[in-house]
Amino acid sequence: MEIPSRSRVPQVGSEAQLRTVLAGLSGVDAVGVSARAAKLATRSLKRETKRAALDLAISLVDLTTLEGADTPGHVAALCAKARRPDAGDATAPPVAAVCVYPDLVATARAHLVGSPVRVAAVATAFPAGRASLPVKLADVAEARAAGADEIDMVIDRGAFLSGRLGQVFEEIVAVKEACGPAHLKVILETGELATYDNVRRASWLAMLAGADFIKTSTGKVAVSATPPVALVMLEAVRDFAESTGQVVGVKLAGGIRSAKEALRYLVLANETAGSTWLEPRTFRFGASSLLTDLLLQRRSQRTGAYARREHVSVE
Amino acid sequence: MSSEPKNHELASTGQVSRLGAMDYAPAPESTAAVRIADAYGLYIDGRFTDPERHESFATLNPATAAPLTRVARASAADVDAAVQAARRAFPAWSALAGSERAKYLFRISRIIQERARELAVLETLDNGKPIRETRDIDVPLAAGHFFYYAGWADKLAFAGFGAEPRPRGVVGQIIPWNFPLLMAAWKLAPALAAGNTCVLKPAETTPLTALALADILEQAELPAGVVNIVTGDGATGADLVDHPGIDKVAFTGSTEVGRQIQRRTAAQGLPLTLELGGKGANIVFDDAPLDEAIEGIIDGIFFNQGHVCCAGSRLLVHEGMADEVLRRLRRRVDQLRVGDPLDKNTDVGAINSAAQLARIEELVAAGEAEGATRYTSACPLPAAGYWFAPTVFTDVAPAHRIAREEIFGPVLSVMTFRTPEEAVAKANDTTYGLACGVWSEKGSRTLWVAQRLRAGVVWANAYNRFDPASPFGGVRESGFGREGGRHGLEAYLDV
Repeated sequence: MEIPSRSRVPQVGSEAQLRTVLAGLSGVDAVGVSARAAKLATRSLKRETKRAALDLAISLVDLTTLEGADTPGHVAALCAKARRPDAGDATAPPVAAVCVYPDLVATARAHLVGSPVRVAAVATAFPAGRASLPVKLADVAEARAAGADEIDMVIDRGAFLSGRLGQVFEEIVAVKEACGPAHLKVILETGELATYDNVRRASWLAMLAGADFIKTSTGKVAVSATPPVALVMLEAVRDFAESTGQVVGVKLAGGIRSAKEALRYLVLANETAGSTWLEPRTFRFGASSLLTDLLLQRRSQRTGAYARREHVSVE
Repeated sequence: MSSEPKNHELASTGQVSRLGAMDYAPAPESTAAVRIADAYGLYIDGRFTDPERHESFATLNPATAAPLTRVARASAADVDAAVQAARRAFPAWSALAGSERAKYLFRISRIIQERARELAVLETLDNGKPIRETRDIDVPLAAGHFFYYAGWADKLAFAGFGAEPRPRGVVGQIIPWNFPLLMAAWKLAPALAAGNTCVLKPAETTPLTALALADILEQAELPAGVVNIVTGDGATGADLVDHPGIDKVAFTGSTEVGRQIQRRTAAQGLPLTLELGGKGANIVFDDAPLDEAIEGIIDGIFFNQGHVCCAGSRLLVHEGMADEVLRRLRRRVDQLRVGDPLDKNTDVGAINSAAQLARIEELVAAGEAEGATRYTSACPLPAAGYWFAPTVFTDVAPAHRIAREEIFGPVLSVMTFRTPEEAVAKANDTTYGLACGVWSEKGSRTLWVAQRLRAGVVWANAYNRFDPASPFGGVRESGFGREGGRHGLEAYLDV
């Protein structure tokens, strides 16, 4: 897919101007958006469509470990699984990226040499984002220096909810600057934004500030990706591309554990933003256990028998 | 433009999404749960009987135009036998404690749920509507109506119609082909809860789920004669309406037939409820929740192929956002999956009959001849059966036939307005008055508009939503009387 230049993205010169832009967005009817998401969840993927969708979903996974207990050994195991998800079946595609904390980027980088799997790092005082801008930028710089291809930042939800939109915008601009060529995923933490109107406005704010991806969640709060939230974000990237020519990706993260859920999200993307979004450059799942279920379902599609959990390695 | 920044010049880029390119492999629902008999008799006095004259007619699968089976054509003598059976059953049924009648209704509701897949597939085969709708809407709502009215059966004294409301007696009920099982439930459930006995006449083209319901009534051990089902055409319906043993008539169908029935019942002084046609308006203001409004417009006119009396067949959109709405609407229309009704991913199924298809084609031709601009989805249509691709007319004038007459098909007529007053005036510029939708994020405006709309139902930021607890019905040429909710009991009580 050709990415057009950013020239048609409007320049936001002031907080007042940003406020006007976001206030001009259409509202979201909560009942309607939930009904639409529920209707699309009834799509039935069979046979070759299901097989293709499972492989596609695997190739869209950001295989993630974001725990205090993470170690180089655990990350090494994760990288091995990322490169070759199914030890017994070389036809299973590699995942899109491995996602770790900045201090483990170098480890991941070393174990992914020679593979197409990218290294993503959460930065900017993930997950709360409660640190000063210099600290956040230093976090990004460290991840970049260690070889991260992609940076997953968090927005300042406190600033957003209290109406300091300019501050949120400026932080994203600064992080984007610090990212250099690395792809920037902006985590909105939709579970804390509470309303679909906020999700739509935060999506546009992040895109206007230069996000390469908008991402639902850190996975560290009670509510993560949900189908209606995904729908609102997919509508946002579709409308943004139509009005600016700039294609922004969507990453759904947190709580997506089953292949069934993942396939429903693919349908949502397919019928909202369109099938052109369904590639690693513009669509991702941030997940850990999801990959295992995708591989088990892939095996049962191919063999006609349900696969046992032991057939797929642990991370 | 309201979804896009207002204070920037944002040129459109022609970025086109290849929607639906992840094509879905066929996902047909199995027909194994359904067993269609070679022929069906009339359900009178608790058993299936041969019609007096041994006449029958075929019912078709509209998706293929192939016959499914043959059903009996009831004569005046058969109708008389059905009414007599209902008359005999009435004293015991009406004397039964409400809590006992409730048990039967709860049982019927539960059996409908248990046999949901069979009923959904059968309805899709006989009617042509997508399995997604029969499975997720028609059958659950049918079960829901029996469940809801079961709850009223022992609480009639508290329904607001007097301390001791009495049933009417024997009611004649004539239902349409667009929601065959659901309309049977709408008619039977409140009538039975109130203590009436019934003679039900299903539509000529869609009798099979009513006959399956007869089997369910048997399974529920409903006493013989409490419900009788007579199949046939318009003549059978006329025999039922004219029968002197009927105490009340309830009809859902076309305004034309409704007029004839009203003429006949007026001569006898019979209580009557009519649920007739419509030309519903979906009114979209410039502060509407745009994405949900587009879905509401789509649901409003393409749900059930537009074979919906309350369909949002007119779109009234604020002039300032007409271009934006139409652009999005066309994109969404192109995305609709038209085809095999049994496929779980089908959005729009088959037109119910050759006669209905001819009527749609005639009105669409009139729209083109009168100068409206036609946009029709380029979706492929199956070779056999009755099909009409989703169609949107723009440049429609209020005087055009497609703006005034009920098309009862997947055809939308779009008009614009400038002020709320103009929106109300245009929405009310119809002889009908069944349903409207209002799309705005401004609650005060929605209420202002709703108060001025002459329609029985007004949806706010929604369209075609149904619930057993909510009354439904029209004004003016859309009929009178309410079905659903507490209000739905009134038609079946001597108040």
